Amino acid sequence: MQDYLLILIGTVFVNNIVMAKILGLCPFMGVSKKLETAIGMGFATTFVLTLASGASYLIDTYLLGTDLFYLRTLSFIVVIAGIVGFTEMFIRKTSPVLFRVLGIYLPLITTNCAVLGIPLLNVQERHGFVESLFFGLGGALGFTLVLVLFAAMRERLEAADVPLPFKGTSIAMITAGLMSLAFMGFSGLIR
Amino acid sequence: MALPGQQELTHLEEFMEGVWKQNPVFVMVLGMCPTLAVSVSAVNALAMGLATTFVLLGSTLLVSLMRKAVPKEVRIATYIVIIATFVTVVDYLIAAISLELYEALGAFIQLIVVNCIILGRAEAHASKNPPLRAATNALGMGLGFCIGLFALGAVREILGAGKLFGVALFGPDFQPWVVMVLPPGGFFVLGGWLLLFNWLRRRQGGALKPAEGHVHG
Repeated sequence: MQDYLLILIGTVFVNNIVMAKILGLCPFMGVSKKLETAIGMGFATTFVLTLASGASYLIDTYLLGTDLFYLRTLSFIVVIAGIVGFTEMFIRKTSPVLFRVLGIYLPLITTNCAVLGIPLLNVQERHGFVESLFFGLGGALGFTLVLVLFAAMRERLEAADVPLPFKGTSIAMITAGLMSLAFMGFSGLIR
Repeated sequence: MALPGQQELTHLEEFMEGVWKQNPVFVMVLGMCPTLAVSVSAVNALAMGLATTFVLLGSTLLVSLMRKAVPKEVRIATYIVIIATFVTVVDYLIAAISLELYEALGAFIQLIVVNCIILGRAEAHASKNPPLRAATNALGMGLGFCIGLFALGAVREILGAGKLFGVALFGPDFQPWVVMVLPPGGFFVLGGWLLLFNWLRRRQGGALKPAEGHVHG
């Protein structure tokens, strides 16, 4: 149990997927203009990423094995696209309210590099099934945390009086850099 | 990309589109994950740029050739499978050429699949244009991406390690600015480049629209 807790804390803070691994920057920059949308995107990603992490482990271990390893990238991306599609249908049937909140973000998740990156890292680091699940969950929670924090900052940046050439993406990048510096403070917390 | 009613671009213009006017790194701010993660040194950045160009060229060519055969409903899925195939090829190619480079780039070679530049080009350009035009545009975009990556990688290597292509530039007393080769440095340097481009654009009289609102992975 302690191991899993460590994986969770490690992936949320120390090896944060956005700040330390630099994955999933696309939604991080693209969907962080408003706090509400950031929260929606965060939850949608958490859901898909945890499922994708587990499913890709099963595919890699039982379907691809050692013979078909060269199909890994191909099959992972197809699995992720499938899971996103399945999640969309499932949420629409079971909870129209949730669908209204998350619906528009779901298709975007397919091209989130974090969602493909975590399953690939799972393979690289030889995680087992439960470890993969926790790694996916932790990564996604870390992503949500950073996305929501960043969105809150960007809402304030909108109103701030920054020099003209800095406006837009440039100041956002520099803010993200400062945030990444702050997250470096967590390094050494575990391992 | 030629809009309807717009005059057709010549091949040179089509090529320059990606290199300058719609540079994927500086103007469109696409494909940031590999851009920031891999650009810790000039060599890594160039290798990543070339790998992406290869995938971009191969997949846009194939997408363009198949543009009339692929039904509209399954086009995105088809593009992704095509791109993933080329990525697998380049993945094993790099592993065969240099294991050291392969380890430095890590999972980011496989992550070329989800690089928006490629899917974006396939959807917005190659699916509507003949192969030669698509390939020209893809080459331009690829070169633009290489230039962007190199600009980032070179600055980060010079500031963060005092080297360029592994050759020490300054004397032994140089104190490396270590943060520059760590993740925050990537954000700072890209922010700096965007700032420079914004500034230049404003000085030109704001003829081009700022890059805002175009940001995707």
